[in-house]
Amino acid sequence: MRRVVVTGLGMVTPLGCGVEETWARIRDGQSGADRITDFEVDDLACKIACQIPRGDGTNGTFNADQWMEPKEQRKVDPFIVYAMAAATQALDDAGWKPTTYEDQCASGVLIGSGIGGIGGIYEASQTLIERGPRRVSPFFIPGRLINLAGGYVSIEHGLKGPNNAVVTACSTGSHAIGDAARLIALGDAEVMVAGGTESPINRLSIAGFAACRALSTGYNDEPTKASRPYDKDRDGFVMGEGAGVVVLEEYEHAKARGAKIYAEVIGYGLSGDAYHITSPSEDGDGAYRCMAAAIKRAGISASEIDYINAHGTSTPLGDELELKAVERIVGNAAGKLSMSSTKSAIGHLLGAAGAVEAIFSILAMRDGVVPPTINLDNPSVETPIDLVPHKAKNKEINVVLSNSFGFGGTNASLVMRRVS
Amino acid sequence: MSDVADRVKKIVVEHLGVEADKVTDNANFIDDLGADSLDTVELVMAFEEEFNVEIPDDAAETIVTVGDAIKFLEKNAA
Repeated sequence: MRRVVVTGLGMVTPLGCGVEETWARIRDGQSGADRITDFEVDDLACKIACQIPRGDGTNGTFNADQWMEPKEQRKVDPFIVYAMAAATQALDDAGWKPTTYEDQCASGVLIGSGIGGIGGIYEASQTLIERGPRRVSPFFIPGRLINLAGGYVSIEHGLKGPNNAVVTACSTGSHAIGDAARLIALGDAEVMVAGGTESPINRLSIAGFAACRALSTGYNDEPTKASRPYDKDRDGFVMGEGAGVVVLEEYEHAKARGAKIYAEVIGYGLSGDAYHITSPSEDGDGAYRCMAAAIKRAGISASEIDYINAHGTSTPLGDELELKAVERIVGNAAGKLSMSSTKSAIGHLLGAAGAVEAIFSILAMRDGVVPPTINLDNPSVETPIDLVPHKAKNKEINVVLSNSFGFGGTNASLVMRRVS
Repeated sequence: MSDVADRVKKIVVEHLGVEADKVTDNANFIDDLGADSLDTVELVMAFEEEFNVEIPDDAAETIVTVGDAIKFLEKNAA
């Protein structure tokens, strides 16, 4: 199979708009969590979220007008605007602007989302009930469909190759990158713009995830302390929003045009728990098998992995199961492994999480810096694995693995390597 | 300019994101103002809302320029 490398990165997160802006704050141990102010939260069990800092575009703030015309923004849910921002950043970073018909047809898009336009569906439902069907906008459907994130990106950048979308809850971003890499490996495309996007911070989503008992509810007065993976006082995840997009490219194609190469995608593994709709399988079997599949595909030994960006959502059950699965897979090499959860800083971006976290893993390799798990005061279990509490640390990193596990028992792992 | 014309042009500027000076009576929504078929459906909905009037589909099909909209609404809006 052909080799696939990463040549461009883009993101919008609760710590800022832009890869370097976000990464600097991640390394610095900052939290993006805060009280929700955009809507009424008095009657919600969870009153906090990690929200994108909005502003004029300076100092890492997100200014939607820089990424999409205001008249287009009006027609779509924010997850599409975030995807446009992240994809444009990634393509600019890669320096890839296909203009010939041939190059356009060789460039595709695979951007997913966990729940897409749920906010807009909620609002349109209210319009239908209160004012009738004649007041439902013609842009209601196209502005809420998950694959329209990729649709808009393809139209903006002239990408006429494979056009697909992934919907696998919190594994979406990882599946999108893995599936897109395979399209390149198999020769269906030379370049793929891949990732995930999510805009879930609204009353309906918070109520729904709170009903699943998935959200943190005990830190409403101390939002920055709420996301605390592996800590004994963790009580659920903190909802985040944003997008992560990478440009994937066939290795020779990237080399021929002198592109900057961040990393090579060497392994991708998928598995299903076949156990429960929201709970991970109790023996961590699904997590173990998807990591094992990715490692096998990569053709490496598990002991070669220097850093794992954990799924680690800060839920009581999930964190320890993942940790046990990782201990099992790395065996005696556990003592040299670093594993952190950047969800401690930016919360859980659902369908965007896997893509954003793959990018953090790449940056950890680039800079030789392991990002921290903030708020990890007292680990709930003992482990030989370094969970990188509180502070980033310097470490040479050549191979990384990023995990994502989603509702429905859907799991994905990506393995990437530095290209020398 | 009539009050109806002012209101129509304001809606067109807002929905299509075009400069006000381009929104002349003769301007065709699709050919001159860059609207697509969905934009024109939404424009008609916005006129209905603003003027509290129902525009049936067969009438909506005859509204292709800014002037058509103004004429229809001057005649049919309360």
